[in-house]
Amino acid sequence: MDYSPLWISIKVATIATVFTFFLGLLAARWVLSLGKIRFVIDGIFSLPMVLPPTVVGFFLLVIFGKNSAFGQLLMGMGLNVLFTWQGAVISAAVVSFPIMYRTSIGAFEQVDKNLLSAARTLGMSEARLFFKVLMPVSWPGVAAAAILSFARALGEFGATIMLAGNIPGKTQTMSVAIYTAMQSGNRELAYRWVAIIMTLSLVTIFLMNHWTGKLSKGRKGGSIY
Amino acid sequence: MSLYVDIKKRCGDFTLQASFEADTDKEMFAILGASGCGKSLTLKCIAGIEKPDAGVIKLDDTVFFDSSKKINIPTRKRGIGYLFQDYALFPNMTVFQNIMCGANDKKITNEYIEKFFLEGKENLYPAQLSGGQKQRVALARMLSQSPRLVMFDEPFSALDNYLKSQLEREVMNVMEAFGKGGIFVSHDRNEVYRLTDRIAVMDNGGIVDIQSKHGLFDAPKTLAATLLTGCKNITRLERRGDGYYALDWRMTLSVNPQSGIPLAGLENGRAAAKDFKYAGVRANFLEIADEGKKDGENVAECEILRVIEDTFSIVVLFTNKKSKEKTGYSVMTYELSKEKWEQIKDKPLYLRIPKDKLILMRE
Repeated sequence: MDYSPLWISIKVATIATVFTFFLGLLAARWVLSLGKIRFVIDGIFSLPMVLPPTVVGFFLLVIFGKNSAFGQLLMGMGLNVLFTWQGAVISAAVVSFPIMYRTSIGAFEQVDKNLLSAARTLGMSEARLFFKVLMPVSWPGVAAAAILSFARALGEFGATIMLAGNIPGKTQTMSVAIYTAMQSGNRELAYRWVAIIMTLSLVTIFLMNHWTGKLSKGRKGGSIY
Repeated sequence: MSLYVDIKKRCGDFTLQASFEADTDKEMFAILGASGCGKSLTLKCIAGIEKPDAGVIKLDDTVFFDSSKKINIPTRKRGIGYLFQDYALFPNMTVFQNIMCGANDKKITNEYIEKFFLEGKENLYPAQLSGGQKQRVALARMLSQSPRLVMFDEPFSALDNYLKSQLEREVMNVMEAFGKGGIFVSHDRNEVYRLTDRIAVMDNGGIVDIQSKHGLFDAPKTLAATLLTGCKNITRLERRGDGYYALDWRMTLSVNPQSGIPLAGLENGRAAAKDFKYAGVRANFLEIADEGKKDGENVAECEILRVIEDTFSIVVLFTNKKSKEKTGYSVMTYELSKEKWEQIKDKPLYLRIPKDKLILMRE
């Protein structure tokens, strides 16, 4: 059995999660500081979560394709994301971004407003406040967000197959491998991949519960007060 | 230091309109009001946590906020110490790190840890501290930044009575050592009376009375202020000849313009006295009248509705026998010691409303 889809999936999901982690946090912080237009931006950022992944893939193809100005600019620089594993990273990142973003915004909003006000009356700058108070206090929620995004990136199929294709050993991830195996009537192979994915997902969820539980308890007494 | 506040802020149906001046170097200035009256919002505006729609906030010559000049100094640059109701200690930081956020200097932090009896607790997290210790950390953190002004936002309202009086004394000691006044917000009239010098009474977003605490409790100027200072007996007044008739108490009231009555209301002589719309008297200021003097001035023959035994006193709810109403302002309250009640409880009760204890209100 060729295990390359497993390694490709893990590589793609890990790199995509690194991107979504930082971009999602930045977006959450930014949207929280917005006034009335917050709901518009919030809607745009959440869109990839509600759209069918194939529609996301379609848009990514339009943006990164040869016919778009952006695609041509990338080509001019010698970069091509179509049918490469980098393309799979982009698809996974875009699809998992809303999960990171929404879960962190929820975690930030749960933080007692008085803590932030107190930090400001003590003369803390907004950047310091973010790293010294907001992030540490909402860390269990943020960690959960990261793990959920990783799980979503790991299972990504629709957008990936449209942008990165299905090249064995290059862009074929586990989800895509299952699809291919079923298409070619290789049920046994499909079962194997299903088993691997289920194990991985279960381990991720267990890790998340264990870790976030430990994080919130680890604060010596638990609650904020 | 002189704090000048004159602000307006709308929140849906609610409009906050606060204007006052406080000399926070010398006095503890209180804002007293029921919950939801806008007192905390006023503090938040002063600290810059909330932004008023219009107005001016100044501390000495420093303008914190001026809507006409578009000035709005951010909270972190106002130098205001703010004690939150739940103390708002950072749960992810130790006692030392919390105080360090205010002090920004290890030496000063250690000084304050010593000053506030927190030695040995430096490396504990807020969740490991008792209520009293939490308050000390919050006070140390607030004062270690050498604030230009300190403000207390209902610091004791979530505590049980025992802890409350302990922490109250501690705040008194600290503020005495700090040698400055500040702004104190609360809904508890007794707390405010013990801790502060001058009081602004806030009702439904507006300041309805503002004077020294003695002045306020002797002679509140408005109905809202009278109720908030704990006066339980209120009646509507109607001018009759030279005197007044108490519509709810069903009796003619003779008032004494010379003593104990809000002179502010009488400043223009007797003409101004016509404006009084309400009268009130505190439950413990009523006097027992002999049966022989039952037709005397301001005496009511009482129909007792209910006798409530309080921890250290007896509270008698009654109406004037002449009154048919048994609800609202018609029901009066008389509070007396248990011993006194034992002596009189079997006799018919006649109570006099002393002239000089009457609170007269124009609105």
